[in-house]
Amino acid sequence: MAMGTVHPSIAVLERHLTLYRRLWRASVFSSFVLPVLFVVSIGIGVGGYIGSVQGVDYLSWIVPGVVASTAFQMAVGESTYSVLGDFKWVRAYHAMRATPVRPNDIVTGHLLYLLFRVTTAVLAFLIVVLLFGALHSPWTVAVPLVCALLTVAAAAPVMAFAASIESDSHFALLFRFVVIPSSLFSGVFFPVEQLPALVRPVAYVSPLWHAVELCRSATLGVAPPWPVAAHVGCLLLWAVAGTVLAAYRFRRRLED
Amino acid sequence: MIFARDLVKRFGDFTAVKGIDVEVAPGEAFGFLGPNGAGKSSTMRMISCVSAPTSGELRILGMDPVRDGTKIRARLGVCPQLDNLDPDLSVRENLTTYARYFGLSRAEGRRRADELLEFVQLSDRAGSMVEPLSGGMKRRLTIARAMINEPDIVLLDEPTTGLDPQARHLLWERLFRLKQRGTTLVLTTHYMDEAEQLCDRLVVMDGGKIVAEGSPRSLIETYSTAEVVELRFPDGLDFNADYAAKLGGIGERVDPLPDRVLLYADDGDAAVAEVQRRGLVPSSVLVRRSTLEDVFLHLTGRTLVD
Ligand SMILES: Nc1ncnc2c1ncn2[C@@H]1O[C@H](COP(=O)(O)OP(=O)(O)OP(=O)(O)O)[C@@H](O)[C@H]1O
Ligand SMILES: [Mg+2]
Repeated sequence: MAMGTVHPSIAVLERHLTLYRRLWRASVFSSFVLPVLFVVSIGIGVGGYIGSVQGVDYLSWIVPGVVASTAFQMAVGESTYSVLGDFKWVRAYHAMRATPVRPNDIVTGHLLYLLFRVTTAVLAFLIVVLLFGALHSPWTVAVPLVCALLTVAAAAPVMAFAASIESDSHFALLFRFVVIPSSLFSGVFFPVEQLPALVRPVAYVSPLWHAVELCRSATLGVAPPWPVAAHVGCLLLWAVAGTVLAAYRFRRRLED
Repeated sequence: MIFARDLVKRFGDFTAVKGIDVEVAPGEAFGFLGPNGAGKSSTMRMISCVSAPTSGELRILGMDPVRDGTKIRARLGVCPQLDNLDPDLSVRENLTTYARYFGLSRAEGRRRADELLEFVQLSDRAGSMVEPLSGGMKRRLTIARAMINEPDIVLLDEPTTGLDPQARHLLWERLFRLKQRGTTLVLTTHYMDEAEQLCDRLVVMDGGKIVAEGSPRSLIETYSTAEVVELRFPDGLDFNADYAAKLGGIGERVDPLPDRVLLYADDGDAAVAEVQRRGLVPSSVLVRRSTLEDVFLHLTGRTLVD
């Protein structure tokens, strides 16, 4: 028998890819065209008025922020309704549960899928902004890695959340009180030093801020505000704690 | 294949399965029969290794479901009570995707998918989405999916509930073939005829307990008579109990139901003759073979499908 030729988490990834094959055209717009339009209009349009930020033109300054924020949005967005749906309506996770696939594999497979989605979007985005002359350092090659880490750091805790709720109305709260504030206050559009001191900790705990600073230092070739190890450490903390929590919540929900 | 001793499943302070003993031999077709809420699905989910027993002993294929769940699941085929097909995948993709969960190579998955689609007569729908399929087609696809890993045991929770007679007969025929190939079948059902058709042996469950066990024939012999006479009286709705009293002594047992009176007798025609001799005039008389339905009625005092 041809058993054991594929790891269960890869099998889960393949299911996501098979589903994605049906909708990738629709997603190209939101995951790639939209950020490019955004960065071009804001970077060039608004940038024309405000000139430079921290010594670089606004387009170059905002590009790494937008790339990290796109990864963040995608990671969070793809871990909400679709995860709850596979528990409640499609019950795909219950179908997997009756096979050798374990809850850990379901979580891993989903994260691998998100890494694929985010990485392709980030690479396409980087190629376009390279043509606009917005990338200034060979360290830019680190950007996809930072975005990959950010993906896990953001998606895993959201998956744990999605596995813990019964109604999709909870997602509105998640977006209103967590996702939108952290998108606004994580140094994507303006430096966090502009924020009142009271609000700044919001940025410091958000995985997005750490990823934005790392991406910015990579594309501009300058040192980030904190030591690299500190930024990476914060992202790792989110990623590891989130994944452990997600695996736990998935196991609990699938056991009854 | 399956061995359970004093198996219990509790949800909070509600006990759904109250200590059952079950043993299933290789190649056997085994049934759980019982009304809604009897605990059939709860038992099936424990056997499928997706729900941990609260207490008691359970061995599947000689292994412990809690410790070796993954290894056991690799050799089971599960058709749950509620279909959980992927609605946004095609019929064929549902099977090939599932094959990968068992670690099958892509080519092998495709080969088995085509073979199984043939087996459940869905080949002409291979490329269509699952969503628009009829209930019976979805059920067939779920059963095909349960067989993708060539399982040693196939677990079917109400395989034919909600299907039209034609679809049910097709499914029975397919399941019968599966059994002939030597696959061990475990199924739950509300339907007596299904249990009689498919099961070598079955248990009747009620309120989380096993109330009887045996082959369909032996259950009928133990708990019923060879024949049953159904009598309906014009004013029976109000007076069936009185009629039953007047019928006392005919056959082995008399059972007044709301809409009819049942006479259990080994010779139905002789019983009917006796009814007429006593001067009773039923509006309709039916002599039939005894079925599992009568067994169930006798054991639980209730009809099975309400
Ligand atoms: N996850 C659960 N949490 C709480 N109670 C449950 C759960 N699953 C089942 N039950 C309860 O356990 C009892 C037995 O349910 P089960 O689904 O095993 O019955 P069943 O024999 O399969 O019935 P049916 O013929 O309706 O499918 C029911 O009263 C049900 O409400
Ligand atoms: Mg059930």
